Amino acid sequence: MTRALLLVVVAVALATAPSALAADCPRTSLGDIEDEVMCPVCGTPLNLAEDAPQAERERAFIQRLIDRCRSKDQIKRALVGQFGEQVLALPGDEGDDSLGDVLVYVVPGVAILLAAVGIALRATRWRRRRREAAPGTAPVASKRLDTDMERYDL
Amino acid sequence: MRRVLSPIPIAVILGVAALVGLLAYGLSANEPDRGIEHAIAKGERKRAPALELPRLSGGGRGSLADQRGNVVVLNFWASWCVPCRKESPLLERWHARISRRGGTVLGVDVLDVSSDARRFAREFGLTYPMLRDKDGDTLDAFGVIAYPETFVIDRSGRIAASRRGPVDERFLRRQVAPLLRERS
Repeated sequence: MTRALLLVVVAVALATAPSALAADCPRTSLGDIEDEVMCPVCGTPLNLAEDAPQAERERAFIQRLIDRCRSKDQIKRALVGQFGEQVLALPGDEGDDSLGDVLVYVVPGVAILLAAVGIALRATRWRRRRREAAPGTAPVASKRLDTDMERYDL
Repeated sequence: MRRVLSPIPIAVILGVAALVGLLAYGLSANEPDRGIEHAIAKGERKRAPALELPRLSGGGRGSLADQRGNVVVLNFWASWCVPCRKESPLLERWHARISRRGGTVLGVDVLDVSSDARRFAREFGLTYPMLRDKDGDTLDAFGVIAYPETFVIDRSGRIAASRRGPVDERFLRRQVAPLLRERS
């Protein structure tokens, strides 16, 4: 009984192994990689380099690796082997964790935060000024109005 | 008394100035070095920048210095470059012609997939030495901005002529042949 069960398990494992492998391949797509790597000659991300001959060769190279079931990281490493680290479009992809890679993410966030704070302060000040300038609260205007009314009072 | 400049306009002005500065820096940094071109235009021969790269075949490294004493036709190319296909057979013919007289063509494959480049060399039967500049590090030193570009270097390692775009028979005849008669 145990032997029969073992045989069934092995048979099922063998039958499903190729389909499991097939399900794992391809492990990535051209579209998934294109926006994370550069076309070094064009100086733009690969997905923006539409008709450049170098970009087409680079895409063909990536597609060959996808067809060989390489993962995204493996393909990026292969691209670095072909074109150097300049081919990586995302800061930090080089793996050297330089200060520049951190700053490139932090600086825009801080800038947006500062801009939001600035706009909020400005808006608060503007609303306060408007409230102060509203009719009945401005003493100078009110006094002038009283004087005018008295002058025309018949 | 009313304040003329509050911190926010100052910050905006500084931000805009920083962006303009960054733009100006980007433009100036991308400007190619035209020193070689200007020297040639004045009839001067500027020393060729040092160049040492892996061989395209994969066997070790090669350099321009290895060719000292030879007239070198230094050709920057790539397998994806359409005009390169046109000039490669001509360069191969000239390599055969000048290699007996102390000259050589030296190819530098730039920003290319190495297997594509080797296939290209096989397709056109290119026998001249080939180096591989995978990330285009040598381009700035030579002021290369397009493909192909060719530099003619005399026996003393100085640049005597250059051509942006594909070379033709006339250019090689006029620029290379006289250098072959010179002594180093």
